[in-house]
Amino acid sequence: MEKSVVFNGRLLPYLLLAPQLTITLIFFYWPASQAIRQSFLREDAFGLNSEFVGLENYQALFAQPEYYTAIGTTAVFSSLVTVLSLGVALLFATQADKNLKGGSVYKTLMIWPYAVAPAIAGVLWFFIFHPTLGTLARPLRLMGFDWNPMLNGTHALILVVMAAVWKQVAYNFLFFLAGLQAIPKSVIEAGAIDGAGPLRRFWTIIFPLLSPTTFFLLVVNIVYVFFETFGIIDAVTSGGPAGSTTTMVYKVFADGRLGGDLGSSAAQSVVLMVIVIALTAIQFRYVERKVQY
Amino acid sequence: MSVRQFAAAAAVAATFGFAVSPAHAVTEIQWWHAMTGGNNDIVNKLAEDFNASQSDYKVVATFKGSYPDTMNAGIAAFRAGNAPHIIQVFEVGTATMMSAKGAIKPVYELMKDAGEPFDAKAYLPAITGYYSTSKGDMLSFPFNSSSMVMWINKDELKKAGIAEIPKTWPEVFEAAKKLKAAGHDTCGFSNAWATWAHVEQFSAWHNVPIGTKANGLDGFDTVLEFNSPLHVKHLQNLIDLQKDKTYDYSGRGNQSESRFGSGECAIFLTSSGYYATAKSTAKFDFTSAPMPYYPDVQNAPQNSIIGGASLWVMGGKTADEYKGVAKFFSFLSDTNRQAKLHQESGYLPITKAAYEKTKADGFYDKNPTLQTPLKELTNKEPTENSRGLRFGNMVQMRDIWAEEIEAALAGKKSAKDALDAAVARGNAMLRTFEKTAK
Repeated sequence: MEKSVVFNGRLLPYLLLAPQLTITLIFFYWPASQAIRQSFLREDAFGLNSEFVGLENYQALFAQPEYYTAIGTTAVFSSLVTVLSLGVALLFATQADKNLKGGSVYKTLMIWPYAVAPAIAGVLWFFIFHPTLGTLARPLRLMGFDWNPMLNGTHALILVVMAAVWKQVAYNFLFFLAGLQAIPKSVIEAGAIDGAGPLRRFWTIIFPLLSPTTFFLLVVNIVYVFFETFGIIDAVTSGGPAGSTTTMVYKVFADGRLGGDLGSSAAQSVVLMVIVIALTAIQFRYVERKVQY
Repeated sequence: MSVRQFAAAAAVAATFGFAVSPAHAVTEIQWWHAMTGGNNDIVNKLAEDFNASQSDYKVVATFKGSYPDTMNAGIAAFRAGNAPHIIQVFEVGTATMMSAKGAIKPVYELMKDAGEPFDAKAYLPAITGYYSTSKGDMLSFPFNSSSMVMWINKDELKKAGIAEIPKTWPEVFEAAKKLKAAGHDTCGFSNAWATWAHVEQFSAWHNVPIGTKANGLDGFDTVLEFNSPLHVKHLQNLIDLQKDKTYDYSGRGNQSESRFGSGECAIFLTSSGYYATAKSTAKFDFTSAPMPYYPDVQNAPQNSIIGGASLWVMGGKTADEYKGVAKFFSFLSDTNRQAKLHQESGYLPITKAAYEKTKADGFYDKNPTLQTPLKELTNKEPTENSRGLRFGNMVQMRDIWAEEIEAALAGKKSAKDALDAAVARGNAMLRTFEKTAK
């Protein structure tokens, strides 16, 4: 006889789901629907005149060569940030997971950057790598390397990638460390007894057991690079030089908040939303199959 | 908001909130501003003095972050139905505010309705031109204005064997080459606010248009035209000099002003409002000089245009509240108060009387750097091309212009292509703005 819990009646399950559904409705569906509505309107910054323009905002958007540049930049930026922030965090987490003297101090220090606001992180990196004032940029230039993120687009992109990675490593580190600590030591010891070296133990035992964490972080990180990095970009490069660090989300921010062009900004966020939903769906459909729970 | 600013704001709030216990109803006037540091103190002191001067109104000054932040906060508050009475908006936000009919209360109308004595001619025309309609009606109240000047490190110029402060662009280029030879190998000369320097001020100073319709002052159906041969020639000069850092680009904003203070760049164009910072950081003898010009351009230099911010009055408030705002503006216009404000903050005096008084007091003899921007602004009677500029979406448009200039300086585009693109992309934005601002 099956002993699973079954709720009788219709009301209770809905009631239990209600809080979660309410939050999703208020904080996701409502703003998302507003964005969609806004993307069909042309409105001034104060909201005094608004006019239904159909798909005009989208047409104008896809007629802009700068938008395609931004899509390309986003692809490069998001893959670099996701791969680097996950890779670096995993490396740090495996090192911190060892039996170290003062290990908790390292762990605490590793988590700190997460508490820094993106804009502050941006300013920090801006000043470290400012071509002439920066504490690290000066030695670079003295060594004869013409470090100039103000005019060199590649340098600027490197700079925002580093800032965005630095900001996210702490978060990933936290989850990887928790994931590592949840792996039973006996399994690893058994591997060691069977003669597997540290690398082989990592790739055949630890990494597969970490896959649920990695998958979760992959989704979270992609959402992070797509939606939350505009503060860093604004503080470090303002999308420059010559648009080389203007990602899609920064363009949403620049056109909407700085430019007051809410229609285009809304259209862009709808495009962005569709892309991220698609990416997430692909991840759950194909990548999740490789995850071992 | 930094901790200190927050503490200051909290202290002010506490002072007004608890120390004053009015015997009768006091009308509160909310004033949102973007002034930091020493200027924040000045703003708070102004509000305090006004509140002490009468008992019917109480001005509450609130710091709202940077200029764009303050403006966005004001717009958001308006959309939410609780806008402040007065909001400080930087000059590039002017077109956006102006087009928001119903959201704002024009200052000339405010003063008339409130019956406050007000003569638009008492204010410096170079300043009010920016904030007035083509008919001369003042829309916002000038508060802190500045202009662009050329800061000069006199010690380094002397070391490099440059006897006289350069006056023209060719002289600046020559001086920069000498400076570079004398050891300034990363920066012969530079500037902050890239587009302000090389598009906006440059055009006014040479009496060439940035756009049609008197740079947008006479209507939003304006078309940009700063891709003239003169503009192309100037940008080409910068591109050539950038190659060996005789000129070195310093970004779109003013984060790199410290290149002057640290002695790295001995010639640096930036706002006259940099005065207070220069005074406190520079360990060398410095001065300000007028912006350079091309001597082969007829009648150059013309006059410069202003930067800084003005105070906008938001719409939909009661007559009593407007009366308070009008009284506060009269209070700010007082000659002694304006003269003192100018001398303390380094911003320009907004009334002619305050300027004359400062001059008569001999202030400029001791502080000649503070007079440079005034001399520039009043150099000649403003023309269609130098009265000011008013383009919709100017905040973002500046970024677009800067993007193209950066592409040119990085060697990705020719000067002509970059300026053509800047104009074309800007025009597209202007057309969007024109459609929303009916």
